[in-house]
Amino acid sequence: MQLTNKRKHMARKPMTFLERIYLPAIVKGMGITLSHLFKKKATIQYPEQKRPMSEVFRGLHILKRDDQGAERCTACGLCALACPAEAITMTAAERKPQDKHLYREEKYAEVYEINMLRCIFCGLCEEACPKAAIFLQNDKMAPASYEREDFIFGKDRLVEPFLLKKS
Amino acid sequence: MSPIIIKLIFVSIVFGISLFVAMYSTYAERKVAAFLQDRLGPNRAGPFGLLQPLADGVKLFFKEEFIPLKADRWLFLMGPGFFMITALMTSAVIPFGPDLKIGDTVIPLQGTDLNVGLLYIFGVVSLGVYGVLIGGWASNNKFSLLGAIRAASQNISYELAMGLSIIALVMMTATLSMREIVDQQSGWHWNVLYQPLGFLIFLVCAFAETNRAPFDLPECETELVGGYHTEYSSMKLGFFLFAEYINMFISSAVIATLYFGGYHAPFIDSMDPGMLKTFLSIGVLFAKIFFFIFFFMWVRWTLPRFRYDQLMNLGWKMLIPLAVVNIIITGIVLLMKM
Repeated sequence: MQLTNKRKHMARKPMTFLERIYLPAIVKGMGITLSHLFKKKATIQYPEQKRPMSEVFRGLHILKRDDQGAERCTACGLCALACPAEAITMTAAERKPQDKHLYREEKYAEVYEINMLRCIFCGLCEEACPKAAIFLQNDKMAPASYEREDFIFGKDRLVEPFLLKKS
Repeated sequence: MSPIIIKLIFVSIVFGISLFVAMYSTYAERKVAAFLQDRLGPNRAGPFGLLQPLADGVKLFFKEEFIPLKADRWLFLMGPGFFMITALMTSAVIPFGPDLKIGDTVIPLQGTDLNVGLLYIFGVVSLGVYGVLIGGWASNNKFSLLGAIRAASQNISYELAMGLSIIALVMMTATLSMREIVDQQSGWHWNVLYQPLGFLIFLVCAFAETNRAPFDLPECETELVGGYHTEYSSMKLGFFLFAEYINMFISSAVIATLYFGGYHAPFIDSMDPGMLKTFLSIGVLFAKIFFFIFFFMWVRWTLPRFRYDQLMNLGWKMLIPLAVVNIIITGIVLLMKM
Protein backbone atom coordinates (compact mmCIF):
# COMPACT_ATOMS: atom_id res chain seq x y z
CA MET A 1 0.00 0.00 0.00
CA GLN A 2 1.38 3.37 -0.91
CA LEU A 3 0.78 6.03 1.72
CA THR A 4 2.73 8.90 0.23
CA ASN A 5 4.27 9.66 -3.10
CA LYS A 6 7.64 10.36 -1.52
CA ARG A 7 9.01 6.92 -2.25
CA LYS A 8 12.00 7.00 -4.53
CA HIS A 9 12.98 3.95 -6.47
CA MET A 10 16.66 3.18 -5.87
CA ALA A 11 18.23 0.69 -8.21
CA ARG A 12 21.42 -0.99 -7.10
CA LYS A 13 23.56 -0.58 -10.15
CA PRO A 14 27.20 -1.57 -10.48
CA MET A 15 29.42 1.49 -10.05
CA THR A 16 30.45 3.35 -13.15
CA PHE A 17 34.09 3.85 -14.01
CA LEU A 18 34.13 7.37 -12.55
CA GLU A 19 32.64 6.09 -9.33
CA ARG A 20 35.10 3.23 -9.13
CA ILE A 21 38.21 5.40 -9.31
CA TYR A 22 36.77 7.48 -6.43
CA LEU A 23 38.52 10.65 -7.65
CA PRO A 24 35.50 12.85 -8.55
CA ALA A 25 33.88 11.97 -5.24
CA ILE A 26 37.12 12.73 -3.40
CA VAL A 27 37.47 16.12 -5.09
CA LYS A 28 33.86 16.92 -4.24
CA GLY A 29 34.34 15.95 -0.63
CA MET A 30 37.49 17.99 -0.33
CA GLY A 31 35.64 20.97 -1.71
CA ILE A 32 33.05 20.60 1.02
CA THR A 33 35.64 20.41 3.80
CA LEU A 34 37.53 23.37 2.36
CA SER A 35 34.38 25.47 2.39
CA HIS A 36 34.06 24.69 6.09
CA LEU A 37 37.54 26.09 6.68
CA PHE A 38 36.15 29.59 6.18
CA LYS A 39 32.82 29.17 7.90
CA LYS A 40 31.92 30.80 11.16
CA LYS A 41 33.00 28.69 14.13
CA ALA A 42 30.31 27.38 16.41
CA THR A 43 32.48 27.43 19.54
CA ILE A 44 31.56 29.64 22.49
CA GLN A 45 34.68 30.40 24.57
CA TYR A 46 32.97 29.48 27.80
CA PRO A 47 34.47 31.27 30.78
CA GLU A 48 34.91 34.48 28.79
CA GLN A 49 31.80 34.22 26.64
CA LYS A 50 28.51 32.89 27.84
CA ARG A 51 25.57 31.67 25.91
CA PRO A 52 22.64 34.03 26.56
CA MET A 53 20.02 32.28 28.65
CA SER A 54 16.32 32.22 27.95
CA GLU A 55 14.08 34.69 29.80
CA VAL A 56 12.13 31.80 31.28
CA PHE A 57 15.16 29.71 32.25
CA ARG A 58 14.74 28.20 35.71
CA GLY A 59 18.05 28.28 37.54
CA LEU A 60 19.12 28.77 41.12
CA HIS A 61 16.47 29.82 43.63
CA ILE A 62 16.43 33.14 45.41
CA LEU A 63 14.38 34.29 48.44
CA LYS A 64 13.32 37.84 47.72
CA ARG A 65 13.13 40.82 50.03
CA ASP A 66 10.47 43.54 49.81
CA ASP A 67 11.06 47.25 49.14
CA GLN A 68 12.13 47.90 52.73
CA GLY A 69 14.59 45.03 52.64
CA ALA A 70 12.55 42.70 54.80
CA GLU A 71 12.25 39.03 53.91
CA ARG A 72 9.02 38.19 52.17
CA CYS A 73 8.87 34.54 53.16
CA THR A 74 6.42 33.70 55.91
CA ALA A 75 7.20 30.01 56.13
CA CYS A 76 3.72 28.98 55.08
CA GLY A 77 5.13 25.77 53.63
CA LEU A 78 3.20 25.89 50.35
CA CYS A 79 6.38 25.66 48.36
CA ALA A 80 7.44 22.56 50.26
CA LEU A 81 4.02 21.10 49.62
CA ALA A 82 4.12 21.93 45.95
CA CYS A 83 7.60 20.54 45.47
CA PRO A 84 7.34 17.23 43.58
CA ALA A 85 10.88 16.28 44.53
CA GLU A 86 10.46 17.11 48.22
CA ALA A 87 13.59 19.20 48.13
CA ILE A 88 12.41 22.03 50.40
CA THR A 89 12.30 21.93 54.20
CA MET A 90 11.72 24.80 56.60
CA THR A 91 11.19 25.65 60.26
CA ALA A 92 8.86 28.49 61.07
CA ALA A 93 9.40 30.92 63.93
CA GLU A 94 7.60 33.92 65.42
CA ARG A 95 9.10 37.33 64.75
CA LYS A 96 10.60 39.16 67.77
CA PRO A 97 9.53 42.83 68.13
CA GLN A 98 13.10 44.06 67.55
CA ASP A 99 13.34 42.12 64.24
CA LYS A 100 10.48 44.03 62.63
CA HIS A 101 12.71 45.51 59.93
CA LEU A 102 14.05 42.07 58.98
CA TYR A 103 10.86 40.11 58.33
CA ARG A 104 7.75 41.46 56.70
CA GLU A 105 5.13 39.37 58.49
CA GLU A 106 4.86 38.14 62.04
CA LYS A 107 5.94 34.64 61.08
CA TYR A 108 9.17 33.90 59.30
CA ALA A 109 11.35 30.98 58.24
CA GLU A 110 14.03 30.33 60.82
CA VAL A 111 15.52 27.59 58.70
CA TYR A 112 14.89 27.31 54.98
CA GLU A 113 16.77 24.64 53.08
CA ILE A 114 16.64 23.46 49.49
CA ASN A 115 18.49 20.31 48.56
CA MET A 116 19.84 21.07 45.09
CA LEU A 117 20.53 17.39 44.44
CA ARG A 118 16.83 16.63 44.83
CA CYS A 119 15.53 19.76 43.15
CA ILE A 120 14.36 19.27 39.58
CA PHE A 121 14.05 23.01 38.85
CA CYS A 122 10.41 22.68 37.82
CA GLY A 123 9.45 26.06 39.28
CA LEU A 124 6.34 24.83 41.09
CA CYS A 125 7.55 26.49 44.34
CA GLU A 126 7.63 29.77 42.49
CA GLU A 127 4.05 29.25 41.33
CA ALA A 128 2.85 28.09 44.73
CA CYS A 129 4.27 31.03 46.71
CA PRO A 130 1.47 33.42 47.77
CA LYS A 131 3.95 36.08 48.94
CA ALA A 132 6.09 36.24 45.79
CA ALA A 133 9.07 35.30 47.94
CA ILE A 134 10.78 32.50 46.03
CA PHE A 135 11.95 32.80 42.46
CA LEU A 136 14.14 30.79 40.13
CA GLN A 137 16.76 33.07 38.64
CA ASN A 138 17.26 32.95 34.88
CA ASP A 139 20.93 33.94 34.93
CA LYS A 140 22.43 31.69 37.57
CA MET A 141 22.75 27.94 37.77
CA ALA A 142 23.24 25.76 40.83
CA PRO A 143 27.02 25.39 41.10
CA ALA A 144 28.87 22.07 41.08
CA SER A 145 30.66 20.74 44.12
CA TYR A 146 32.58 17.71 45.37
CA GLU A 147 30.63 17.35 48.64
CA ARG A 148 27.01 16.35 49.08
CA GLU A 149 26.67 18.75 52.01
CA ASP A 150 27.44 21.68 49.73
CA PHE A 151 24.24 21.08 47.82
CA ILE A 152 21.96 21.77 50.75
CA PHE A 153 21.42 25.49 50.36
CA GLY A 154 20.42 27.28 53.56
CA LYS A 155 19.18 30.82 54.02
CA ASP A 156 22.75 32.12 53.89
CA ARG A 157 22.91 31.24 50.22
CA LEU A 158 19.27 31.60 49.21
CA VAL A 159 18.18 34.97 50.57
CA GLU A 160 18.72 37.94 48.33
CA PRO A 161 21.74 39.93 49.57
CA PHE A 162 20.67 42.82 51.80
CA LEU A 163 23.22 45.36 50.65
CA LEU A 164 22.32 45.05 47.00
CA LYS A 165 18.77 46.02 47.73
CA LYS A 166 19.64 49.22 49.57
CA SER A 167 21.92 50.71 46.95
CA MET B 1 85.92 26.34 7.94
CA SER B 2 86.48 22.81 6.92
CA PRO B 3 83.76 21.22 4.81
CA ILE B 4 83.11 18.65 7.52
CA ILE B 5 82.16 21.28 10.08
CA ILE B 6 79.97 23.07 7.54
CA LYS B 7 78.27 19.79 6.74
CA LEU B 8 77.79 19.07 10.45
CA ILE B 9 76.19 22.46 10.99
CA PHE B 10 73.97 22.00 7.96
CA VAL B 11 72.87 18.54 9.03
CA SER B 12 72.03 19.71 12.52
CA ILE B 13 70.03 22.61 11.08
CA VAL B 14 68.06 20.22 8.87
CA PHE B 15 67.57 17.94 11.88
CA GLY B 16 66.31 20.86 13.94
CA ILE B 17 64.01 22.08 11.19
CA SER B 18 62.57 18.60 10.71
CA LEU B 19 61.81 18.33 14.40
CA PHE B 20 60.42 21.85 14.56
CA VAL B 21 58.18 21.36 11.55
CA ALA B 22 56.99 18.01 12.90
CA MET B 23 56.29 19.62 16.27
CA TYR B 24 54.18 22.34 14.76
CA SER B 25 52.55 19.87 12.39
CA THR B 26 50.87 18.34 15.42
CA TYR B 27 49.56 21.80 16.26
CA ALA B 28 48.58 22.46 12.66
CA GLU B 29 46.85 19.11 12.46
CA ARG B 30 44.67 19.95 15.40
CA LYS B 31 43.95 23.44 14.11
CA VAL B 32 43.13 22.22 10.59
CA ALA B 33 40.94 19.48 12.02
CA ALA B 34 39.14 22.03 14.15
CA PHE B 35 38.66 24.55 11.35
CA LEU B 36 37.37 21.91 8.96
CA GLN B 37 34.84 20.91 11.60
CA ASP B 38 33.79 24.48 12.44
CA ARG B 39 35.66 24.46 15.74
CA LEU B 40 38.49 26.64 17.06
CA GLY B 41 41.10 24.07 18.07
CA PRO B 42 43.75 24.53 20.75
CA ASN B 43 43.92 28.20 21.72
CA ARG B 44 44.66 28.24 25.44
CA ALA B 45 48.40 27.51 25.73
CA GLY B 46 50.05 30.75 24.66
CA PRO B 47 48.77 33.14 21.97
CA PHE B 48 46.58 31.19 19.50
CA GLY B 49 47.62 28.04 21.39
CA LEU B 50 51.10 28.22 19.89
CA LEU B 51 52.67 26.63 22.95
CA GLN B 52 50.41 23.60 22.67
CA PRO B 53 53.09 21.32 21.18
CA LEU B 54 55.37 22.14 24.13
CA ALA B 55 52.60 21.37 26.57
CA ASP B 56 51.93 18.08 24.78
CA GLY B 57 55.63 17.22 24.88
CA VAL B 58 55.89 17.98 28.58
CA LYS B 59 52.80 15.91 29.22
CA LEU B 60 54.24 12.93 27.35
CA PHE B 61 57.53 13.19 29.24
CA PHE B 62 55.80 13.08 32.59
CA LYS B 63 53.53 10.16 31.76
CA GLU B 64 54.19 6.83 33.41
CA GLU B 65 56.53 4.68 31.39
CA PHE B 66 55.13 1.20 31.14
CA ILE B 67 56.65 -1.87 29.53
CA PRO B 68 54.43 -4.96 29.43
CA LEU B 69 55.80 -7.89 31.42
CA LYS B 70 55.77 -10.31 28.51
CA ALA B 71 57.14 -7.82 26.01
CA ASP B 72 60.53 -8.34 24.42
CA ARG B 73 62.24 -5.55 26.32
CA TRP B 74 65.01 -4.60 23.94
CA LEU B 75 62.99 -4.81 20.78
CA PHE B 76 60.23 -2.90 22.55
CA LEU B 77 62.67 -0.11 23.29
CA MET B 78 64.18 -0.26 19.81
CA GLY B 79 60.92 0.09 17.88
CA PRO B 80 60.22 3.81 18.35
CA GLY B 81 63.88 4.73 18.01
CA PHE B 82 64.21 2.81 14.78
CA PHE B 83 61.06 4.41 13.39
CA MET B 84 62.38 7.84 14.32
CA ILE B 85 65.84 7.27 12.82
CA THR B 86 64.48 6.01 9.51
CA ALA B 87 62.05 8.92 9.39
CA LEU B 88 64.91 11.40 9.87
CA MET B 89 67.39 9.68 7.54
CA THR B 90 65.41 10.40 4.39
CA SER B 91 66.09 14.12 4.55
CA ALA B 92 69.79 13.53 3.77
CA VAL B 93 69.36 13.63 -0.01
CA ILE B 94 66.71 16.32 -0.31
CA PRO B 95 68.08 19.50 -1.88
CA PHE B 96 66.75 22.37 0.21
CA GLY B 97 68.02 25.12 -2.06
CA PRO B 98 70.65 26.12 -4.57
CA ASP B 99 74.28 26.42 -3.39
CA LEU B 100 74.74 29.09 -0.75
CA LYS B 101 77.79 31.29 -1.42
CA ILE B 102 79.28 33.10 1.57
CA GLY B 103 82.50 34.77 0.45
CA ASP B 104 84.50 32.04 -1.24
CA THR B 105 82.95 29.08 0.49
CA VAL B 106 80.18 27.31 -1.35
CA ILE B 107 77.71 25.50 0.86
CA PRO B 108 75.52 22.98 -0.92
CA LEU B 109 72.13 22.98 0.77
CA GLN B 110 71.78 19.23 0.60
CA GLY B 111 72.98 16.55 3.01
CA THR B 112 74.68 14.66 0.25
CA ASP B 113 74.15 14.65 -3.50
CA LEU B 114 74.06 10.89 -4.03
CA ASN B 115 73.91 9.90 -7.66
CA VAL B 116 71.32 7.31 -6.58
CA GLY B 117 69.44 9.66 -4.28
CA LEU B 118 66.05 8.42 -5.39
CA LEU B 119 67.01 4.82 -4.68
CA TYR B 120 68.32 5.86 -1.29
CA ILE B 121 64.96 7.41 -0.43
CA PHE B 122 63.18 4.23 -1.45
CA GLY B 123 65.57 2.13 0.57
CA VAL B 124 65.12 4.17 3.72
CA VAL B 125 61.35 4.48 3.32
CA SER B 126 61.01 0.72 3.06
CA LEU B 127 63.18 0.36 6.17
CA GLY B 128 60.74 2.64 7.97
CA VAL B 129 58.18 -0.11 8.37
CA TYR B 130 60.65 -2.12 10.49
CA GLY B 131 60.23 0.29 13.38
CA VAL B 132 56.48 -0.32 13.32
CA LEU B 133 56.94 -4.05 12.83
CA ILE B 134 59.48 -4.44 15.63
CA GLY B 135 57.44 -2.31 18.01
CA GLY B 136 54.21 -4.12 17.23
CA TRP B 137 55.75 -7.56 17.47
CA ALA B 138 57.68 -6.87 20.66
CA SER B 139 54.57 -5.59 22.46
CA ASN B 140 53.25 -9.16 22.67
CA ASN B 141 49.71 -7.96 22.08
CA LYS B 142 47.27 -9.08 19.41
CA PHE B 143 46.22 -5.60 18.46
CA SER B 144 49.80 -4.42 18.15
CA LEU B 145 50.73 -7.44 16.07
CA LEU B 146 47.74 -6.99 13.78
CA GLY B 147 48.60 -3.34 13.35
CA ALA B 148 52.21 -4.16 12.60
CA ILE B 149 51.28 -6.84 10.07
CA ARG B 150 48.89 -4.44 8.38
CA ALA B 151 51.63 -1.80 8.21
CA ALA B 152 54.04 -4.28 6.67
CA SER B 153 51.67 -5.64 4.03
CA GLN B 154 50.39 -2.17 3.21
CA ASN B 155 53.89 -0.82 2.75
CA ILE B 156 54.93 -3.73 0.55
CA SER B 157 51.83 -3.36 -1.63
CA TYR B 158 52.15 0.37 -2.11
CA GLU B 159 55.92 0.44 -2.50
CA LEU B 160 55.50 -1.50 -5.73
CA ALA B 161 53.14 1.05 -7.24
CA MET B 162 55.28 3.89 -5.90
CA GLY B 163 58.42 2.44 -7.45
CA LEU B 164 56.67 1.91 -10.77
CA SER B 165 55.35 5.47 -10.81
CA ILE B 166 58.87 6.71 -10.16
CA ILE B 167 60.30 4.59 -12.98
CA ALA B 168 58.27 6.63 -15.46
CA LEU B 169 59.72 9.78 -13.91
CA VAL B 170 63.26 8.43 -14.09
CA MET B 171 62.77 7.48 -17.75
CA MET B 172 62.00 11.13 -18.38
CA THR B 173 64.72 12.71 -16.27
CA ALA B 174 67.36 10.05 -17.01
CA THR B 175 68.95 10.57 -13.60
CA LEU B 176 68.50 9.34 -10.05
CA SER B 177 70.18 12.33 -8.41
CA MET B 178 67.72 14.52 -6.57
CA ARG B 179 69.67 17.69 -7.33
CA GLU B 180 69.62 17.05 -11.07
CA ILE B 181 65.93 16.18 -11.03
CA VAL B 182 65.22 19.51 -9.35
CA ASP B 183 67.43 21.50 -11.67
CA GLN B 184 65.70 20.02 -14.72
CA GLN B 185 62.44 21.51 -13.45
CA SER B 186 63.43 25.18 -13.44
CA GLY B 187 60.81 27.62 -14.70
CA TRP B 188 57.52 25.94 -15.47
CA HIS B 189 59.00 22.56 -16.36
CA TRP B 190 57.52 20.92 -13.32
CA ASN B 191 57.35 17.17 -13.61
CA VAL B 192 53.74 17.12 -12.51
CA LEU B 193 52.80 18.73 -15.82
CA TYR B 194 54.48 15.90 -17.76
CA GLN B 195 53.60 13.09 -15.35
CA PRO B 196 50.13 13.83 -13.94
CA LEU B 197 49.18 10.16 -13.69
CA GLY B 198 52.51 9.25 -12.15
CA PHE B 199 52.10 12.06 -9.65
CA LEU B 200 48.65 10.88 -8.67
CA ILE B 201 49.89 7.33 -8.09
CA PHE B 202 52.88 8.62 -6.16
CA LEU B 203 50.65 10.81 -4.00
CA VAL B 204 48.28 7.98 -3.12
CA CYS B 205 51.23 5.75 -2.31
CA ALA B 206 52.81 8.48 -0.19
CA PHE B 207 49.65 8.55 1.91
CA ALA B 208 49.84 4.79 2.31
CA GLU B 209 53.56 4.81 3.13
CA THR B 210 53.20 7.42 5.84
CA ASN B 211 50.23 5.53 7.34
CA ARG B 212 48.07 8.60 7.02
CA ALA B 213 44.31 8.55 6.64
CA PRO B 214 42.59 7.22 4.57
CA PHE B 215 45.25 4.50 4.77
CA ASP B 216 45.84 4.58 8.53
CA LEU B 217 44.86 0.97 9.01
CA PRO B 218 47.97 0.09 11.07
CA GLU B 219 46.78 2.32 13.91
CA CYS B 220 43.06 2.09 13.13
CA GLU B 221 41.56 3.12 16.49
CA THR B 222 38.11 1.77 15.73
CA GLU B 223 39.31 -1.79 15.29
CA LEU B 224 42.72 -2.15 16.87
CA VAL B 225 42.67 0.11 19.93
CA GLY B 226 45.85 1.92 18.93
CA GLY B 227 47.31 -0.51 16.41
CA TYR B 228 51.06 -1.03 16.63
CA HIS B 229 51.47 1.47 19.48
CA THR B 230 48.73 0.08 21.71
CA GLU B 231 51.20 -0.93 24.44
CA TYR B 232 53.37 2.16 24.20
CA SER B 233 53.19 4.96 26.69
CA SER B 234 55.11 8.07 27.63
CA MET B 235 57.74 9.43 25.24
CA LYS B 236 58.02 6.13 23.38
CA LEU B 237 54.46 6.68 22.19
CA GLY B 238 55.47 10.27 21.53
CA PHE B 239 58.28 9.04 19.28
CA PHE B 240 55.90 6.96 17.21
CA LEU B 241 53.45 9.81 16.80
CA PHE B 242 56.20 12.31 16.21
CA ALA B 243 57.97 10.17 13.64
CA GLU B 244 54.72 9.99 11.70
CA TYR B 245 54.78 13.77 11.39
CA ILE B 246 58.42 13.76 10.37
CA ASN B 247 57.52 11.20 7.73
CA MET B 248 54.81 13.52 6.56
CA PHE B 249 57.23 16.44 6.35
CA ILE B 250 59.78 14.38 4.43
CA SER B 251 57.26 12.93 2.00
CA SER B 252 55.90 16.42 1.37
CA ALA B 253 59.47 17.49 0.64
CA VAL B 254 59.97 14.52 -1.69
CA ILE B 255 56.71 15.22 -3.53
CA ALA B 256 57.63 18.88 -3.90
CA THR B 257 61.13 17.97 -5.08
CA LEU B 258 60.19 15.27 -7.55
CA TYR B 259 57.02 16.72 -9.06
CA PHE B 260 56.69 20.37 -8.17
CA GLY B 261 60.06 21.77 -9.06
CA GLY B 262 61.61 21.68 -5.60
CA TYR B 263 63.08 25.09 -4.84
CA HIS B 264 62.34 26.42 -8.32
CA ALA B 265 59.64 28.94 -9.06
CA PRO B 266 59.34 30.80 -12.37
CA PHE B 267 59.71 34.34 -11.05
CA ILE B 268 62.65 33.49 -8.80
CA ASP B 269 64.59 31.62 -11.48
CA SER B 270 64.83 34.80 -13.53
CA MET B 271 66.46 36.70 -10.63
CA ASP B 272 70.19 37.41 -10.40
CA PRO B 273 72.02 34.72 -8.43
CA GLY B 274 72.89 35.78 -4.90
CA MET B 275 71.99 35.41 -1.26
CA LEU B 276 68.47 36.78 -1.76
CA LYS B 277 67.72 34.32 -4.52
CA THR B 278 69.02 31.44 -2.43
CA PHE B 279 66.84 32.30 0.53
CA LEU B 280 63.78 32.95 -1.62
CA SER B 281 64.31 29.56 -3.23
CA ILE B 282 64.42 27.90 0.18
CA GLY B 283 61.24 29.78 1.05
CA VAL B 284 59.57 28.54 -2.13
CA LEU B 285 60.46 24.95 -1.29
CA PHE B 286 59.08 25.31 2.21
CA ALA B 287 55.90 26.93 0.93
CA LYS B 288 55.39 23.89 -1.29
CA ILE B 289 56.18 21.55 1.60
CA PHE B 290 53.71 23.31 3.90
CA PHE B 291 51.06 23.15 1.23
CA PHE B 292 51.48 19.39 0.99
CA ILE B 293 51.46 19.00 4.76
CA PHE B 294 48.18 20.89 4.73
CA PHE B 295 47.01 18.66 1.92
CA PHE B 296 47.81 15.56 3.99
CA MET B 297 45.70 16.95 6.83
CA TRP B 298 42.94 18.15 4.55
CA VAL B 299 42.58 14.65 3.11
CA ARG B 300 42.69 13.09 6.56
CA TRP B 301 39.73 15.13 7.74
CA THR B 302 37.74 14.56 4.54
CA LEU B 303 37.98 10.89 3.67
CA PRO B 304 36.90 7.91 5.73
CA ARG B 305 39.30 5.02 6.24
CA PHE B 306 39.52 2.33 3.59
CA ARG B 307 38.44 -1.17 4.38
CA TYR B 308 41.34 -3.61 4.25
CA ASP B 309 40.19 -5.42 1.11
CA GLN B 310 39.53 -2.07 -0.58
CA LEU B 311 43.05 -1.02 0.33
CA MET B 312 44.54 -4.14 -1.23
CA ASN B 313 42.28 -3.90 -4.29
CA LEU B 314 43.28 -0.29 -4.83
CA GLY B 315 46.96 -1.08 -4.46
CA TRP B 316 47.22 -4.22 -6.55
CA LYS B 317 44.35 -3.99 -9.02
CA MET B 318 44.25 -0.26 -9.70
CA LEU B 319 47.50 1.50 -8.92
CA ILE B 320 49.99 -1.08 -10.17
CA PRO B 321 48.27 -1.56 -13.57
CA LEU B 322 47.90 2.22 -13.85
CA ALA B 323 51.57 2.67 -13.06
CA VAL B 324 52.51 0.12 -15.74
CA VAL B 325 50.28 1.89 -18.25
CA ASN B 326 51.95 5.14 -17.27
CA ILE B 327 55.39 3.64 -17.95
CA ILE B 328 54.26 2.42 -21.36
CA ILE B 329 52.79 5.81 -22.29
CA THR B 330 55.94 7.57 -21.14
CA GLY B 331 58.05 5.16 -23.14
CA ILE B 332 56.02 5.68 -26.31
CA VAL B 333 56.15 9.47 -25.97
CA LEU B 334 59.88 9.41 -25.33
CA LEU B 335 60.45 7.18 -28.38
CA MET B 336 58.34 9.44 -30.58
CA LYS B 337 60.35 12.46 -29.44
CA MET B 338 63.60 10.73 -30.40
